[in-house]
Amino acid sequence: MNAHKKALAADRAMTAVFYGVAGFFLLLLAAFTLYVLARGTAEFEPSLFAFNDNGIGNQFFNTVYLVFLSLLISVPIGVAAGVYMAEYARKGRVTEFIRTCIETLSSLPSIVVGLFGSLVLVEMAHFKWNLLAGALAVSILSLPLITTTAEDAMRALPARWKEGSFALGATHRQTITKVLLPACVPRIITGVILAAGRGFGEAAALLYTAGMSTDINWHSWNLASPTCPLNPIRPGETLALHIWASRTEAVAPNAAQIADLSSAVLIVMVLLFSIGARFLARRASRRFGKC
Amino acid sequence: MAKKDSVYRGLVTACGLFIILLTLAIGIFLIIRGTNTFTVYRHHVAEFLFSPIWNPKDDFVGGGQVGAAVFIMGSICVCFLALLISAPFSLAAAVFMSVISPKVSEKIFRPSVEIFVGIPSVVYGWVGATVLVPFLERLFHLPFGYSVLAGGIVLAVMIFPTIASVSADAIAGVPYGYQEAAYGLGSTRWQVIRRVLLPAAKPGILTGIILGLSRAFGEALAVAMVIGKTKAFPSSIFSPASSLTTAIASDMGGATEGGEYSAGLWSMALLLLLISYLFIFLTRRISLKGGRNHERS
Repeated sequence: MNAHKKALAADRAMTAVFYGVAGFFLLLLAAFTLYVLARGTAEFEPSLFAFNDNGIGNQFFNTVYLVFLSLLISVPIGVAAGVYMAEYARKGRVTEFIRTCIETLSSLPSIVVGLFGSLVLVEMAHFKWNLLAGALAVSILSLPLITTTAEDAMRALPARWKEGSFALGATHRQTITKVLLPACVPRIITGVILAAGRGFGEAAALLYTAGMSTDINWHSWNLASPTCPLNPIRPGETLALHIWASRTEAVAPNAAQIADLSSAVLIVMVLLFSIGARFLARRASRRFGKC
Repeated sequence: MAKKDSVYRGLVTACGLFIILLTLAIGIFLIIRGTNTFTVYRHHVAEFLFSPIWNPKDDFVGGGQVGAAVFIMGSICVCFLALLISAPFSLAAAVFMSVISPKVSEKIFRPSVEIFVGIPSVVYGWVGATVLVPFLERLFHLPFGYSVLAGGIVLAVMIFPTIASVSADAIAGVPYGYQEAAYGLGSTRWQVIRRVLLPAAKPGILTGIILGLSRAFGEALAVAMVIGKTKAFPSSIFSPASSLTTAIASDMGGATEGGEYSAGLWSMALLLLLISYLFIFLTRRISLKGGRNHERS
């Protein structure tokens, strides 16, 4: 009887511990987010958003532009590789090896990817630090995520769809581009949004590729000019790098303030993107629930 | 039609093979650059791994000392401290997600954990440097809060979502019959968790821990912002230190390309690559073993 009571008491105590830990993490996350947001907004002045050296407007633009460029590269390659893995790859050594490679890429430390990028895309290409090199480094980091998302999305489709398309006389290519891929779009977009969210916060891979300076002239729209906003071959410091720089180099007198604001902006972007990804994922699964 | 199809097939296959090419290229370039320390500047591998004297020359002549033991020890200390802090909490959170309250978790807890993953590492580092470091200073009356402990705590928060979500999946994947049988014998929920679910989910939990550890080893900037970057062995968890990633992040920019200093840093990057291969190898072995166990049962 005594042992029984003990067991019950232990059960109750441990249940309390589990609830405690879960609650602790929810509180931690809430406190963390609110703290960053509060600090970012506490000393907020509109001038901090300015598109010049005193504000973070240029960095914000660089971040968005860099992530956009990186997706332009990683989405087509990643989706095509996912299609290959799901539809064409035969079971065998090569496929196994591609899987190992995807796993390797996804577990590479981002600073190692950054070094590789600085060697191949900056030093060997005889360029200075530039946005395009940064975008390529980030696309190496997001490639595995997009590939696996695309492959999983294709594999999750009902076999009937493919069979139906074949039965109507469609070729394999037509089946993939007209039936399977369109059905995968919501799930692929979810993966892309997640990848973009990670790209926004990436810093280590950009240290030696995108560079830690930015000089934009908003009146110069000649693509070849080194200060043109859209020229990808110019140094482009991102928000995340800006936080790092304000810690290590801290040239501006209001560096701490700017870092606070940058952190708040990054957190807001991350929240928006993960909520967006969740929303899309739920809609996608509801659509599949019907069919 | 058939021709278009084979072109399409060729394109898609090329993208698949591109992943192999990319991975090999990264590996090969790192090996070429990383071995310069040993081939061009004639240092012994043992010196790199075990000597505590880091004093490479920043030129093409060489002749300095490239012992990276300080950084290796720093990495190991910070990562295992992070694991020590994070693992118990993560496991408890995993049990909560998969056993105690799966429904609430699906709606609230899992999305929150995913947000934890998404928060950029520099933001963790920035908050660590502006909140955690002063807090540790006051709490333990330290001259500087920048320490192994600060790095460990920041990393612990960062690897928590990885360990928790992988372990939760592993626990949820244990066949339901195991639970039913244990409950049928009159076990309490805690007894089921401790004696049935956790042991059965052990391979998956280990995988989660290794993935977390691998994320910790590769994290650079968040750690660099709080660890203090002192090039010495940490004498306790309260002393500042340096790790492999923080050394690369802070010194590579100033080193002459191709010089001995940069060669030493590239060797550290190669070491990081080898460590991540080791972790992949370990998770593979665990999943192979786990698969075999489930077949037997």
